[in-house]
Amino acid sequence: MKRVYVNENWCLGCHLCEYYCAFASTNEKDMARALKGIKISPRIRVEEMDGISFAVSCRHCNEPLCVKGCITGALTRVDGIIMIDKDKCISCYTCVLCCPYGAVSPSEDGAVLKCELCIKTYSRTPMCVKGCPNEAIVFEERGE
Amino acid sequence: MKYVIIGNSAAAVGAVEAIRKNDKEGRIVIVSNENYHVYSRPLISYLLLGKTNEEKMKYRNDDFYRENRCELKLNKTAQRLDIKQKQVIFEDGDAESYDKLLIATGSSPFIPPVQGLDKVKSMYTFTTLDDAKALDNALSENSKVLIVGAGLIGLKCAEGISKKKVEISCIDLSYKVLSSILDDEGSEIIKRHLQDNKIRLYLKRHIIEFKENIAMLDDGTEIPFDVLVMAVGVRPNISLVKDAGGRTNRGIIIDERCQTSIPDVYAAGDCCESMDISSGEAKVMALLPNAYMQGECAGMNMSGLDFVFDKAIPMNAIGLFGKHIITAGTYSGDVYFETDGKNYKKLFYSDNKLNGFILIGDVAKAGIYTALIREKTPLDTLNFELICKTPGLMAFSKRARGEMLGGIKSEAVSS
Repeated sequence: MKRVYVNENWCLGCHLCEYYCAFASTNEKDMARALKGIKISPRIRVEEMDGISFAVSCRHCNEPLCVKGCITGALTRVDGIIMIDKDKCISCYTCVLCCPYGAVSPSEDGAVLKCELCIKTYSRTPMCVKGCPNEAIVFEERGE
Repeated sequence: MKYVIIGNSAAAVGAVEAIRKNDKEGRIVIVSNENYHVYSRPLISYLLLGKTNEEKMKYRNDDFYRENRCELKLNKTAQRLDIKQKQVIFEDGDAESYDKLLIATGSSPFIPPVQGLDKVKSMYTFTTLDDAKALDNALSENSKVLIVGAGLIGLKCAEGISKKKVEISCIDLSYKVLSSILDDEGSEIIKRHLQDNKIRLYLKRHIIEFKENIAMLDDGTEIPFDVLVMAVGVRPNISLVKDAGGRTNRGIIIDERCQTSIPDVYAAGDCCESMDISSGEAKVMALLPNAYMQGECAGMNMSGLDFVFDKAIPMNAIGLFGKHIITAGTYSGDVYFETDGKNYKKLFYSDNKLNGFILIGDVAKAGIYTALIREKTPLDTLNFELICKTPGLMAFSKRARGEMLGGIKSEAVSS
């Protein structure tokens, strides 16, 4: 299946992926208008230090510890994509405890935040990939 | 092939989902002594708090049994196993034969013997949906509630009923709250937080006698109450296996394939004791993620695969009155410690590996620490100083990151 892959050699550390991610979940048309004045809660996050940077988002594991550990059944694996039912999630953070990549984020909005490959948005390609100016984030099949 | 599963919670679901990956045809019979579609037990406190409802508490959707072709038998209690005939005998006299059997019977609240307890009319426990409903019915405005036990169950119960205009007191033998998962300083933080949220704590005390609606403590204190909740702990339900001659200790003893000592009988979840790889000791680790993964492991082996689950560690994620706590592993070895009064972090390490951790407040990316314990990652392969301060993938080698984020197989990477 297609996944989001990151090449840290090409990452500029510009954080645009975070903004595009936050924009994707608004379902608005204009990014500047959608994000103006709000604190973004992206599902992809850039780690950076000493000139190295890279973006981290859900790996959509074949054996997802977050799904197996989820106490409510809010996290499920549907056609290879780890999805979250925001209505069911009660923010116990068991998935935060389980995810080896730190790719599920705590949130005060009543449900944890995680990448769903933009399948709930209008975008066919994940917005972080579309928005990356240097192809450091790609969406492709690599036989995993 | 006929699979019988005694129990209808996380371990049972793990088993069903695993069996159906390998065997689409075999019969699966699930037997429960409750009368509910599979629901998440830890959510009963959120139910009382109004953060979820019975519909959303369903651990799997309404079609779960149909889609997985399971026969569900509710309100039925297993009494004993006939391991020669390979049958489960039920209290109502029925019997169910099996080719492969899974014991996923969970645990039951332990009620300590206290003088006068038999005269307390309004006593409740807090582990099942029926428990939660009964407790909810017993509460009225200004009820005085006494919770015995300041552990995970007792404190989640306290939080669950805290919005109901009731007075809550909580007593524990230990001088700590959450003594099973917190160290002294972490416990102090949570203690203050509970007191700030109007929970009256009576620690390092015990009840010597109940007199009608008054609990008499060892130091002479008298606590009047309307409703009593017993939450001192749970005991694994082991009798089916024990009475049939299977090996048990505190829990049912299983190997890393989740097999009991009885042929074709498996066990998973809170009724079991298994190896905690962070301490090397066999333990009852009554946690939902372990229950699911043990159930899954049992289901794989029951349906003919060879599957091992040897990554169990104690671990907990719990929120109380808005404060989050995540802990895992064993608290031994050297200590890394940082706190700013609000957030608290302690990491325990020795012999080049992480043994355990406690996070209070800022719990983001805790799973990176959990993975270090679970995978016994050699600490000299990463930037340990950095990962102590900031859990992240930055602390790993570029090669490791290439595997984690780039889908690159290690031999193809030139670092």
